[in-house]
Amino acid sequence: MSDDARDRRPDQGPPDAERALQTGDDELRAEEAEAAPQPVVEGIPGVRTALFERARGFWRFAGPLGTTVLAFFMGGLVVLATGHNPLRVYRAIFDGTGLNWFFHVGSHSIRLPFSTTHVWFWWDTSSIAAQNLQQTLLLTTPIILTGLAVAFAFRCGLFNIGGQGQYLVGAYIAIWIGTSFAHMQPFAHVLLAIVCATLAGAAYAGLAGFLKATVGAHEVITTIMLNWIAIWVGSYLFGQQGPLQNSAQKAIPISNDVVDGAKLPVFWGLKLLQGLSIGIFIALAMLVVYWIVINRTTLGFEVRAVGFNPDAARASGISVARNYTLAMAIAGGFAALGGACDILGWEYRLGPGDIQASQIGFIGLAAALLGRNAPLGVGLGALLFGGLINGTSDRQLDPTIFPPELAGNLTTIIQGLVVLFIGINIGGVALFFRRRRRRPS
Amino acid sequence: MTAIAARFNGSGWGPPKVAGVVGVLLGAFAFWLALPPLHTRTTVVPVVVGILGVAAGIWTWSRGQRRLGGGAVVSGLLGIVLGISATQSSVGNLDQVVVWSALLAATLRYATPLVYAAIGGLYCERSGVVNVALEGMLLTGAYFGIWADDFSHSWVVALLVAMAAGAGMATIHAIWSIHLKVDQIITGTAINFLALGITGYLFLQHYGNNGTPGDISNWGIPDIHIGFIAAIPFIGSIFGQLNLMIWLSFLLLILTYVFVFRTPYGLRMRAVGEHPRAADTVGISVYKTRYAAVISSGAIAALGGAYLSIGFVHSFNQDMTSGTGFIGLAALIFGKWRPFPTWCATLLFGFSSALGDRLPTAYGNQWGTLFQALPYLLTLIAVAGVVGRSVGPAASGRPYDKQ
Repeated sequence: MSDDARDRRPDQGPPDAERALQTGDDELRAEEAEAAPQPVVEGIPGVRTALFERARGFWRFAGPLGTTVLAFFMGGLVVLATGHNPLRVYRAIFDGTGLNWFFHVGSHSIRLPFSTTHVWFWWDTSSIAAQNLQQTLLLTTPIILTGLAVAFAFRCGLFNIGGQGQYLVGAYIAIWIGTSFAHMQPFAHVLLAIVCATLAGAAYAGLAGFLKATVGAHEVITTIMLNWIAIWVGSYLFGQQGPLQNSAQKAIPISNDVVDGAKLPVFWGLKLLQGLSIGIFIALAMLVVYWIVINRTTLGFEVRAVGFNPDAARASGISVARNYTLAMAIAGGFAALGGACDILGWEYRLGPGDIQASQIGFIGLAAALLGRNAPLGVGLGALLFGGLINGTSDRQLDPTIFPPELAGNLTTIIQGLVVLFIGINIGGVALFFRRRRRRPS
Repeated sequence: MTAIAARFNGSGWGPPKVAGVVGVLLGAFAFWLALPPLHTRTTVVPVVVGILGVAAGIWTWSRGQRRLGGGAVVSGLLGIVLGISATQSSVGNLDQVVVWSALLAATLRYATPLVYAAIGGLYCERSGVVNVALEGMLLTGAYFGIWADDFSHSWVVALLVAMAAGAGMATIHAIWSIHLKVDQIITGTAINFLALGITGYLFLQHYGNNGTPGDISNWGIPDIHIGFIAAIPFIGSIFGQLNLMIWLSFLLLILTYVFVFRTPYGLRMRAVGEHPRAADTVGISVYKTRYAAVISSGAIAALGGAYLSIGFVHSFNQDMTSGTGFIGLAALIFGKWRPFPTWCATLLFGFSSALGDRLPTAYGNQWGTLFQALPYLLTLIAVAGVVGRSVGPAASGRPYDKQ
């Protein structure tokens, strides 16, 4: 086929309403109308945002919960098949997450953060479980933010698979600013690093949104490419003889350490033992910001309108191009903020090995899908995966119960299963089988 | 011959298109002039040749051949940049890195997994199912290939097992995308996760921390030594001793071209990918076609993974493909979902990897690392439309509702 013929796209097939008419069945017609049409822009498939809007009440929680249980059950089968007791393994992982800390209620005298005052509290804030919980929450922080990066773009009908790249860009900028300007005033330094990282991530993702808006380049393709560009550019920056490589030890491919002034304050636990930084509050605040922007602002309204139906949005005077670019930019800002929180909160340095092994952006994707793009859902999804990763790390999991390196892969399998099952539209499947019964051909 | 000539005339091989091709070649030539064996030491020569390439590109662009013209401009600019950097480096270093026969042989070795991944993706996407799971299918093939090879000591069995495993993964993708109508990108992402987790789990469970046994190279896919080709001076050192899978990849390309563009089955597959409703109306089963395409896509991509593990490096590691499948996807997009342009893209990306692999010997690690990003950058430019937009099959990514 010649190029010219390819550019003239055939009609995309009749819209859903028309399709419902053709079936000539009232019940079906109603159901088809309910299954809102997916936004289609220039022959490019949109994401079925409708899927995530439709569930109400009980089903809102039943779907994700059922998915999680199913994924853990199948993961348990894998564990069982390789000769371990899944219940014991899951118990050990759970203990490793530190979430059991909440069950140990007692009477304790604890020190308030950033002060020397001691107060009475139900829980012991310096127990082993408390330290585990700090680790879990540290991991939850970037997953919430990369999850929001996926969720925000999703509400605009865009599939942002580039959270990983945007997260990394934020981390690079945070390292760059955090390791320079050693004599800056601490608060200003942290603020500068965070703001610059967020803006860089916004620009990086905004590029994908801009390309989608102007030339119609599919955001999935562009963000995948941007992910890998970020990975290799980072490997270059922090690799041996790279421009941001450690200035003292030329043989080690790792960056300089972030200066003390640029580190986020640790409010729970010890800085040396990777205590919990205030990054978690930034992430929680962003969940609220996300909810407000989406539900209570003009921008959010426009973004949702474009996500539902770009053609209708355009017809009512909303600039689709502007919203695509903005939505991606905001999404990228969220993810990059996650990178900055990780670097300034506990990692403090970065090397090519960390960059290439990092999966945070994709885990954020899983959390957003599991949380149905709702703020509470994203937060809980992030806590689940943050806990899972921390609970299966070789630092937390008892090797006599289950080898941690196997457990790390078990985490990946469970993530895969969650993503696999969460996408299934139960209603759609039921519809399919009912149609099958009606028409045996 | 007349038919071929007519085809060329029909597709408009006028002066602009020729000038565009000449422009692309001039860009490559500008770089080549500064490399061994010519070793031009002045920056003027590559700059002048590169500018000629850019000029040819601009002229082609102005005559309406925007894709080719843009390509020539980019090629000319790359030629200037790379040519200048080559003239700035010492002759000794250049001689160390650019040994043409070794470089080209390495290009073929690096391009081969990309060819399998991209051709696998071609079947899938031409039938209207987006496949971002190529990476996972490649990884599945790589693990199950080496596992079966270790088990059976036969590379034939290994390839069959790898294909079956890849097809199994693809079957999940097919059921989810076709019948359950789940968003195909979500399913693809899930399969990448699953493949990473399952191969990592099985690898550690089976081989532990010792890694795959060293004697695997005894049972690996054999290299083909062709005596009469090996005797030819330059070509012999490239093609004389190539792995069987590289030759098979050439065969696969030709077969794919014939199947997709010269058989009724290929036509049906393309019809399903472009306009499923129309295809359905004339009696083509959209679902069956898509199932067949997606499952064979997984099997083919898995062959690339098996080549990687038992034909190339003779070992397995967790996440050993590290982006190879995505470069394959990039090549497919860069090649506009067509076999031979896709193959050219894999060669370009393979060359970039081969160069990136050889650069550290003379220049340190950092430049080689940047070359790894080149395929993705070029593909980004290609989809952005600077070099003529890449547009996939029309129905790609959209589940089909049977009526």
